[in-house]
Amino acid sequence: MTRITKGLWRGALTAAALTLATSAMAQSDLKIMAPAAPGGGWDQTARSMQQAFTQSGLVKNVQVTNVPGAGGSIGIAQFVNGAKGDPNQLMVMGYVMVGALLTNNSPVTLAQVTPIARITAEYEAIVVPANSPIKDAKELAAAVKADPAKVTWAGGSAGGVDHIAAALFAKAAGADPTKINYIPFSGGGEALAAILGGKVTAGISGYGEFESQIKAGKLRLIGMTSPGKLPNVDGPSLKDQGIDLEIANWRAVVAPPGLSPEQTKTLTETVDKLAKTKEWQELLKAKGWDDAYMSGPAFAKYLSDEQAKTKEVLTSVGLVKS
Amino acid sequence: MDAFVSLAHGLTVAIQPMNLLFALIGVLLGTAVGVLPGIGPALTVALLLPITFKLDPGGSIIMFAGIYYGGMYGGSTTSILINTPGESASMVTALEGNKMAKAGRGGPALATAAIGSFVAGVIATAGLAFLAPYLVDVAVQFGPEDYFALMCVAFVTVSATFGDSPVRGLTSLFIGLLLGLVGIDILTGQARMSFGVPDLLDGVEVTTLAVGLFAVGEALYVASRRHLVEEKLEPVRGSLWMTKEDWKRSWKPWLRGTAFGFPIGALPAGGAEIPTFLSYSTEKRLAKHPEEFGHGAIEGVAGPEAANNASAAGTLVPLLTLGLPTSATAAMMLAGFQQYGLNPGPLLFAERPELVWGLIASLFIANVMLLVLNLPLVGLWVRLLAIPQPWLYAGILVFATMGTIAANPSVVELMMLTLFGIMGFLMRRFDFPIAPVVVGLILGPVAEGQLRRALSISLNDPMVLLQSPISATLLVIALIALILPFVLKGMSRFKATED
Repeated sequence: MTRITKGLWRGALTAAALTLATSAMAQSDLKIMAPAAPGGGWDQTARSMQQAFTQSGLVKNVQVTNVPGAGGSIGIAQFVNGAKGDPNQLMVMGYVMVGALLTNNSPVTLAQVTPIARITAEYEAIVVPANSPIKDAKELAAAVKADPAKVTWAGGSAGGVDHIAAALFAKAAGADPTKINYIPFSGGGEALAAILGGKVTAGISGYGEFESQIKAGKLRLIGMTSPGKLPNVDGPSLKDQGIDLEIANWRAVVAPPGLSPEQTKTLTETVDKLAKTKEWQELLKAKGWDDAYMSGPAFAKYLSDEQAKTKEVLTSVGLVKS
Repeated sequence: MDAFVSLAHGLTVAIQPMNLLFALIGVLLGTAVGVLPGIGPALTVALLLPITFKLDPGGSIIMFAGIYYGGMYGGSTTSILINTPGESASMVTALEGNKMAKAGRGGPALATAAIGSFVAGVIATAGLAFLAPYLVDVAVQFGPEDYFALMCVAFVTVSATFGDSPVRGLTSLFIGLLLGLVGIDILTGQARMSFGVPDLLDGVEVTTLAVGLFAVGEALYVASRRHLVEEKLEPVRGSLWMTKEDWKRSWKPWLRGTAFGFPIGALPAGGAEIPTFLSYSTEKRLAKHPEEFGHGAIEGVAGPEAANNASAAGTLVPLLTLGLPTSATAAMMLAGFQQYGLNPGPLLFAERPELVWGLIASLFIANVMLLVLNLPLVGLWVRLLAIPQPWLYAGILVFATMGTIAANPSVVELMMLTLFGIMGFLMRRFDFPIAPVVVGLILGPVAEGQLRRALSISLNDPMVLLQSPISATLLVIALIALILPFVLKGMSRFKATED
């Protein structure tokens, strides 16, 4: 029943939007690819965009497709070849894809897609078990500097944002990043279990993964990889503690290659409008995602900077052969 | 006791008509997707998330749990009737269950699976209600070295018990281990044996392998022998219902299966498959008629089915108490909690008791619903076997292909399904057991990853495997299990009755 009322409501809204803005109507159809299996972060982003697009009446029909595999390498290959020149398609991607394409030696690169906008970002949190002798970032940095191999880090997949952040931490602490003892766990709660069980020195992941454990006093937050203290996090940033490390796990949308400047402009404007809608803002809040909206040339530059930076870090830890 | 009061309170939440309805929708959906190979409960919950966004949190979480339990029930049906495991945790059920179905005992096989799942589900849910806080403290103490030792136990028992000869069992296991190497190495992020095919970077999909080996392989095998022997399948021989003898042979495996499933399911990296392997091996070893194994022993259905359902309840222990999702479905349920701004974890029991206890209480109700739903269907399901063989197997092929494409729409996946089908046919033809291949694929990468993690943490000191008491104990068990069959084999050589 709820679905029916929702559908009616949606239909009414769309109709209203259509009559109000027939001249300025940007798109009627849009396909969003999530280059991952249903349920993950990229899929949730794509489906939330779908929901906000249709409910706000910005786009009438939005279809989400999933192409899972290899950190998005499979999805982007299909997107670049199959959607070329189509101004009605978008693909969700994120920082993880930057690293995955490099470590997988993907024949397709991000230079081929048309950058549209960065939409969300989450900063990384470094934690230790509550009974750890390490109290703050300075002490952790000192331990890493003394012997990087003895400090074990638990985090997500090799070459992912957690791994890169750990390598950058070692570098900022004045240690050799190639020597870090980073132990990748396959997603979910495995890394968290290893940290809670005191099997590793420190853990690194998005703040959301640790939040309830930090609040319950089972984990100690050492620092955030944000530029300064975050309003919703009860703890300092690494920068505030003198560790020069800033990294965010961001998500963005890109368009296929081969679009005309006008087409790119229209698509960017549509996404710009989405970011301002009440529906989208509500979804961000519900999901606990930080708004990090950035579009147009600024995002294009950001994307290429991140690629260069990531390549450098991954080469320095030996994951990418230069 | 505190937990009793909370549970009683939870029951009042769960029997609200709306929540009962959600539980019913959940178990129906779960059973349906459990029956389809490839589409698992995780995918279903993922697709439902956006729809449930506006619903009441309690109701939709109850529905998700219903899907989870329903999936575990439904997976056994196709395993037993058409030798097509709906998901990897019901693969073991196919071994004996399908043999029983072919001998006209599909009814009792389905019944023991349903009742065993019920018994295990109820006991394990009670375990969840009363033991969760204690169990979870033990579970996080399980380190990589302990998991590696647990895998060793599984490897040894599995290779020794599946199939007639250990050498053939080991050969199959190694094929599986080899397949497990394909894809990105989790610890270094480097691709191995993917031959430049991007689709292989994530490794071989377990359901594709299981469906290929079991269903497609079987269809090819039956087709190849059709001109030789006209195999007549009798849908029902004897009673449709379990006999007194069946009950007698089932109840102990149910309890033992639960004892394997619940604690291993509660381990953050335990999973639903290992307890089914261990249960099968145990039942084979303890059975009064071990020679019946491989020809339709009811213990081999009762134990593993109880084990996989108990592990589903076990998975909820770390999810609710720590916010640790330890299976794909649990990860989706976590996303479900989070979309309502709820963070499962140590504080959830204190902050939202009505939600947690309502969920636990509705798990009991979901179990009852599943039993009521499944038992009357037994008679209907076994009619499937009355379909003429060419039709039935053609149907199985369509069904298997559809499930694989639904889960992973790619040409490479279909080619793999075909290849595994041919492999399954050849292995049947030359009498190699097929289950150890799947076991190798599931356990190989996990065992490798855990061993390397353990060594990384200990700075390459192998003694870490013996220093942990859990790991040392498990390794000793593995060693005993390795030697024992050879001793027993020597003793029983004279009374061997293999054909």
